[in-house]
Amino acid sequence: MSGQPIEILDSTGIKRALTRIAHEILERNRGTEDLVLVGIRTGGDYLAAELQKKIAEIEGVMVPLGTIDITMYRDDLGTRGNLTVGKTDIRFPLGEKQVVLVDDVLFTGRTIRAAMDALVDLGRPRTIQLAILIDRGHRELPIRPDYIGRNLPTSRGEQIEVEFDEHDVPQSVSLIK
Amino acid sequence: MKLLIKSGRVVDPVNKIDEKLDVLIVDGKIAELASNIDAGDAEVINAAGLIVTPGLIDMHVHLRDPGLEYKEDIVSGTRAAAAGGVTSVVCMPNTSPVNDNLAITRYITSKAKEEGSANVFPVGCITKGLKGEVLAEMGELKEGGCVGFSDDGLPVKDGEMMRRALEYANTFDAPIISHAEDLTLVAGGCMNEGPVSTELGLKGIPWAAEDAMTARDIMLAELTGAHLHVAHVSTRGSVELVRQAKTRGVRVTCEATPHHFMLTDEAVRNYDTNFKMNPPLRSADDVAAVRAGLADGTIDAIATDHAPHHIDEKNVEFAIAMNGVVGLETLLPLTLQLVGEKVLTLEQAIALVTCRPAGVLGLERGTLSVGAVADIALVNPNKEWTVDAQQLQSKSKNTSFDGQKMKGYAVRTLLAGQTVFER
Amino acid sequence: MNFQHKHILGIEHLSAEELTFILDTADSFKEINTRDIKKVPTLRGKTIVNLFFEASTRTRTSFEVAGKRLSADTINISASGSSVVKGETLEDTAKNIEAMHPDIIVMRHNASGACRYLAERLDCSVVNAGDGMHEHPSQALLDAFTIRQHKGKIAGLTVAIVGDITHSRVVRSNIYCLSRLGAKVRLAGPGTMLPPGIEKLGCEVHRNLEDAIRDADVVMMLRIQRERQGAPLIPSVREYSRYFGLNEDKLKLAKKDAIVMHPGPINRGVELSTAVADGPQNVILDQVENGVAVRMALLYLVAGGEQLQND
Repeated sequence: MSGQPIEILDSTGIKRALTRIAHEILERNRGTEDLVLVGIRTGGDYLAAELQKKIAEIEGVMVPLGTIDITMYRDDLGTRGNLTVGKTDIRFPLGEKQVVLVDDVLFTGRTIRAAMDALVDLGRPRTIQLAILIDRGHRELPIRPDYIGRNLPTSRGEQIEVEFDEHDVPQSVSLIK
Repeated sequence: MKLLIKSGRVVDPVNKIDEKLDVLIVDGKIAELASNIDAGDAEVINAAGLIVTPGLIDMHVHLRDPGLEYKEDIVSGTRAAAAGGVTSVVCMPNTSPVNDNLAITRYITSKAKEEGSANVFPVGCITKGLKGEVLAEMGELKEGGCVGFSDDGLPVKDGEMMRRALEYANTFDAPIISHAEDLTLVAGGCMNEGPVSTELGLKGIPWAAEDAMTARDIMLAELTGAHLHVAHVSTRGSVELVRQAKTRGVRVTCEATPHHFMLTDEAVRNYDTNFKMNPPLRSADDVAAVRAGLADGTIDAIATDHAPHHIDEKNVEFAIAMNGVVGLETLLPLTLQLVGEKVLTLEQAIALVTCRPAGVLGLERGTLSVGAVADIALVNPNKEWTVDAQQLQSKSKNTSFDGQKMKGYAVRTLLAGQTVFER
Repeated sequence: MNFQHKHILGIEHLSAEELTFILDTADSFKEINTRDIKKVPTLRGKTIVNLFFEASTRTRTSFEVAGKRLSADTINISASGSSVVKGETLEDTAKNIEAMHPDIIVMRHNASGACRYLAERLDCSVVNAGDGMHEHPSQALLDAFTIRQHKGKIAGLTVAIVGDITHSRVVRSNIYCLSRLGAKVRLAGPGTMLPPGIEKLGCEVHRNLEDAIRDADVVMMLRIQRERQGAPLIPSVREYSRYFGLNEDKLKLAKKDAIVMHPGPINRGVELSTAVADGPQNVILDQVENGVAVRMALLYLVAGGEQLQND
């Protein structure tokens, strides 16, 4: 059934997409004031770290970076095999912040719903924006990304895989049919 | 009325018989043992491939009748006996009311005669009401049919009371059956004390509780010259105490139960109350000692301590569950298992459930001698079967061996020549 | 990682890997207890019944808080002593509660094996909050969690446990837990309070407190039940305290950075001198705090897994 992975983006392609997203974030938020990045474990947290670096290259400011684990907010308890709960690590207040939530692949939207619930339990951000490397469609909830690396129409059964190297730097995005 | 049992392997330890013989029964008694007896007008039972033994004697049974018929009664209990090849049961007096007077003894013996499927020999109380205070009227009880005296379930705590009981029972040539247990050492325990009780967090009963009381009672038997029978020995120490006493010539006999030579306290690990009894299941070392005692003759009888309890009394937390398990229907295969495991010879094994307990209590049973009452078990020693508690004849289903594979059972049980059980 | 236990009946049934997984999960839950909004929706819609047949404030409250912080509905039922005498059997009591469809029953009972008894008869999950003298798994896990928090590890440590070993369910669970995680466990107590064969669970047994705590990394003192005084076990609390109580002088025998633990409630001046109970080495309140996180982890794992097997 599962065939060979087809590469959608290589490391250069990913870098270009992240650079563009960093510019879009800065443009839309008019700089780095009150801007914070929160990556969703696991995958989104590495991309958020990359975005933090890009923004620093552009603006010379290290915006605050946090990671969030959404396991406790999932809606499929009792039906999944993996029960590992990761740590949420946000060491700054979220109140009145412009929060950019970062994830690698946007699919049904359920992860983002859980992440937003988790975020508002931690504080009351002014805005929550969503940055995504790959939007593959098939939304089940009314959720729309603000920043998109690449739109990629897929069928439901296909999988998207984002690979990272040992330093958690994204290397490639592949489609597995 | 004639019955001919043809071509069975007749095993009768009293007469040192172990050969293929025919057995002729006339009017409920053994008339002749010989090869190729002419059937004549006798009804013929083909016993080819079967062992023909005296009907088994279980010298430690709780029939729960009168008073506790919701657990068992004389009818169901003797039916369970017959199904197990047991033709004589010796029933303990801790009924309700207890068997400390002639009326109860007569009730038991007459009900057994009228409605039972086995001989029932009652044991009377040592003390009135099992209270350990006043001796029961042993003379009259003996005359009424009691074959021994015991406060079974409870020890006679007071040393002098036990001494006087031995002396008094000796007057009437009856044994005192001791439930040897120092309750101050039991101190609320509910299983054998050892690594398993420590792990399970259950209060243990040390072996010393049994040994200490066995030692006292043996000394009192030695002092008085009376016959002491120690019920359900379960520890290395008490087997050894009996062995030494016998060497000294003390009139002491003892019995062991199948669960105490088959199971250890490891069986309690899942808190299954069908492994809770008193004495408790002991260590592997104790099991080995009991087996050695059976093999060298120190132990005189295998008796089940058949103790039926209602499911509601067992389906509770381990610590508060009633003590005891049923055993009549598994006595034969578990005894034969000791032959299979080469602990006993077949002759020894049969003797331990027939003539030897008969000897302890002076019962005129347990032999196939010419002229003896024709209580007989026809045994298929090789039949493999699985215990199903729900299929037991006993009213209660509290067996330790539910689901266990057994080898050997009685295919037909005769009581004075009459078939009381057949499968 | 998956977690394939429907019930938590004892540490005995858990592997080192599973124990570590529970501690790691608790570590993730711990952060919730320091938030402004101390609640996550993880067990929303689940019903947890705390069925306590013995008085308990600490453990029951801890389980209750744990359930509530996971958004479960928690109900406390205090039932009186054990069956038969009271007329209703444990099975009947539990079946009546189960008819209301709880997802988890957290039970404390004075009979060893009672939780297992329940688990064999009910469809819902059963979590043991202490059964007789058998096990108290959540206490052992919070102890291990607290040790790991202070020492960074468990493997290689020496843990001394002192007191009434015989009657302690905490000890049995702790021996399984700590020895499986690689610690060396030493026990000490008067001869009347050391049950036979306890060393087979994986520990050393000492006759006196001093030998047990010498160079220990962790000293865990057990509560002595005052009602045992005068019974055959100890002549008096006074003498017990003299030989098996921990004071500042004796504590110097342990490692300099040793931590002092106690499952609570403390008898001041008996098993712990006030100076030790309030001293810098005590981590007793950390134990209480961590208890909530550990119990959140247990409830989450029991409720959350694909329920594949009983144990």
